[in-house]
Amino acid sequence: MDPMMEMFVFESNQNLEQLEQILIQSEKNGSFSTDEINDIFRIMHTLKGSAAMMVVNEVAALAHAMEDIFFYLRENKPEHVDCSSLVDMILDAADFIKKEIDKLDAGEKADGAAEELIALTKKTLANLKQANEGIGAAADESTSKKKILPGNIEPIAALRGKADVAVIDLDEPVNVFQALIIYQPDCEMENIRAYTVLNNLKNYIAEEHHYPADILEDETSIDVIRKQGFSLCFTTSKDYDEVLELLNQTIFLKDLKLVQLLDVTQWEHWKTEEKAALPADLVEKKDVQKVEASKTIKKAEPKENAHQSMISVNVGKLDILMDLVGELVIAEAMVTQNPDLHGLELENFNKAARQLKKISSELQDGVMAIRMVPLTGTFQKMNRIVRDMSQKLNKTVELHLVGEETEVDKNVIEHISDPLMHVIRNSIDHGIELPEDRQKVGKPAAGNIILEAKNAGSEVVINIVDDGKGFNREKILEKARANHLIHKNEADLTDREIYAFVFAPGFSTNEKVTEFSGRGVGMDVVMKNINAVGGNILANSEPGKGCSITFKIPLTLAIITGMNIRIGRARYTIPIASIRESFKPSPKDIIIDPDGNEMVMVRGKCHPVVRLHELYHIDTAVKEFTEGIMVMVKTEKMILGLFADELLGQQQIVVKPIPSFIKNISKTLGITGCTLLGDGSISLILDSVGIVNRII
Amino acid sequence: MTVAEDIMEIDEDTQKDKYLTFFIKGEIYGIDIRLVTEIIGIQPITEVPEVPAYVKGIINLRGRIIPVMDMRLRFKKDFLAYTDRTCVIVIEAHDMSLGLIVDGVSEVLTIPEPEIVPPPEFKATQNKYIRGIGKTGTGVTLLLDCDKLLNEKDENVLMNL
Repeated sequence: MDPMMEMFVFESNQNLEQLEQILIQSEKNGSFSTDEINDIFRIMHTLKGSAAMMVVNEVAALAHAMEDIFFYLRENKPEHVDCSSLVDMILDAADFIKKEIDKLDAGEKADGAAEELIALTKKTLANLKQANEGIGAAADESTSKKKILPGNIEPIAALRGKADVAVIDLDEPVNVFQALIIYQPDCEMENIRAYTVLNNLKNYIAEEHHYPADILEDETSIDVIRKQGFSLCFTTSKDYDEVLELLNQTIFLKDLKLVQLLDVTQWEHWKTEEKAALPADLVEKKDVQKVEASKTIKKAEPKENAHQSMISVNVGKLDILMDLVGELVIAEAMVTQNPDLHGLELENFNKAARQLKKISSELQDGVMAIRMVPLTGTFQKMNRIVRDMSQKLNKTVELHLVGEETEVDKNVIEHISDPLMHVIRNSIDHGIELPEDRQKVGKPAAGNIILEAKNAGSEVVINIVDDGKGFNREKILEKARANHLIHKNEADLTDREIYAFVFAPGFSTNEKVTEFSGRGVGMDVVMKNINAVGGNILANSEPGKGCSITFKIPLTLAIITGMNIRIGRARYTIPIASIRESFKPSPKDIIIDPDGNEMVMVRGKCHPVVRLHELYHIDTAVKEFTEGIMVMVKTEKMILGLFADELLGQQQIVVKPIPSFIKNISKTLGITGCTLLGDGSISLILDSVGIVNRII
Repeated sequence: MTVAEDIMEIDEDTQKDKYLTFFIKGEIYGIDIRLVTEIIGIQPITEVPEVPAYVKGIINLRGRIIPVMDMRLRFKKDFLAYTDRTCVIVIEAHDMSLGLIVDGVSEVLTIPEPEIVPPPEFKATQNKYIRGIGKTGTGVTLLLDCDKLLNEKDENVLMNL
């Protein structure tokens, strides 16, 4: 994608997310604080500008309409603002913009029409103005201010077609000038020339009035200009000399009188009705403008500093860096474990090699850490979902976030956002009861969902706990029966196993399909997504008390510590994280049950044994348990004993995927990748979960 | 056309209609040279469990893991032990790499389209991989369809068994 478009999509998405957060916060507080209004205004302004630059006109127009509302809120500080419905409307607009940006991201055209939204926005603004002008007498600041601003904005808008020029000058000193332009006699078409003057000035002036007022349509204005000259009064940030120079460039100019005024009231042709209210209020308005201007300037500075401590980096560059570090790890192993060095006593070399290993280890950790991103962003997005769903379903739900600073790999974040959303929607839809029902059973009317993330060993654990009514054991059993999912004796099924049925494809205990759920598609997809990053899901529940879903996701995907084992001539690797222990079995540890399944006794417990050489049809001389080694690996479901010939040693390995050609040709369960050993040969990586799935 | 486009056109032409020929048990096969990335001597192969017999395993090519397929076994001929004359032709298409183990590599032949006739209709399965038969001065070359070779899936494999 064109880099400019990429930047636009990235920045706009960030802005939209920020906007959502601010809006939800404002809604919770019931009103907009000055800072919030300024932030929202700024975001809309940025969106409008960048959308216009990328020629996404509907978005620009919508952002412009939004900007108008917040400009009004900022300048006029109306008292009667229906915060909740305003937030709803802006969120709708933000959704529209997000959709359009998603289309652009996917390489399609942004062809949505924002007319309705824009019309709604304008109507809301009009209503807002009306609601706030109906109140208050002449003494009320806000009403007189209102008379000045919208009234003045219109001629400017008519002249230039944009209302935001007023914004630009607010940050700078405002000078008021009166100019009288007298054209040379017989230059003809004085009205057009006057219009040209206005046109030339338009970029520099904030507000202006001219006399005669109607120069384009009214033919009589030509006479007026001929006799009295073209009279002009305007406010600008330029100083006297600059304005003089500008006006002197007028063609056919005979005479120019330029006077700087204290304020616009001194000009005789200013709108007369405002004269009464003007003097005190106008000065105040300018002061307020200046105060706000200095406030915004002050705020801009701390923000600058915050920006400088972060850099956005293209993920592709990070991936290249990671690959290189991976290669470095392998190369380092190839040097330090080189067969040429076998048996040699090289003390200095060993010292240097250890130093090298230490440094490459640190480098590896550092690079992995770069890719780690805190879960904050993902968790914050859930706020919006909770808000929307609880409104639609008339339930009150509070979301509590714990441990959102926990960091996970960037890849992982992309894969868990959807499952999280899904689980939370399920909680609100199925789990949390209606407020009346909750009160009946003595629970607080507002439901609680706790979203928690923490590091546990080499995994990230994410818990979603709600205090709703929990899983309905009976209903699940019934559905499972109907779908022929039960293979064991029903009485033997543990609660855990019953709850695990909800992850089966097509499983739902909803009687009918609603907008949110019921099709039975969701949990299955959740499971797939989590498995795609190598993680696991657990579901647990207590009837009436609530339900908890847990995601367990491995921290590092690409570089792990593995134990190399040998089977025959082939080498395999088992990730250290799943190994519990290993030992040379003695005859009394092995038990064979009536079906011929072999098991091993460890500390009083029996675990199944898998002969790897049989599982993968590898030739080896070691067939007796006592001659090889038993490696106990732990999976979610059980502990397994893997029988191999020999342990070769521990090593940092870079996980490389199995070539796609082989993946297409066969579905080898139990092997999740391969890695290069120190001597350049390849070792396949065993996955205990896959092996478990084969033998059950 | 700009100079760049001119050059690109010429480049296309230099690789079109050119086939790398190799032999397996006396028969000459050809593959489109555009898909060939390199030719290397035979290397230690790591076996991968549960793949068809003709997929010998994977090799480590300068840090990349490439699967290798024995073409003799693929075309149902007897297995011949690897010597130092045995070559591996690495082809690459659609982001997938594959190494073809062959008895030896011959030369690069130019066979224009008119000289290629479609394969005779024997059992559909056998001729899936033959794109056509090229007539060269001295004889015929069986031209392989690499896309079909690379995109094998389970069903095909089962059918062939």
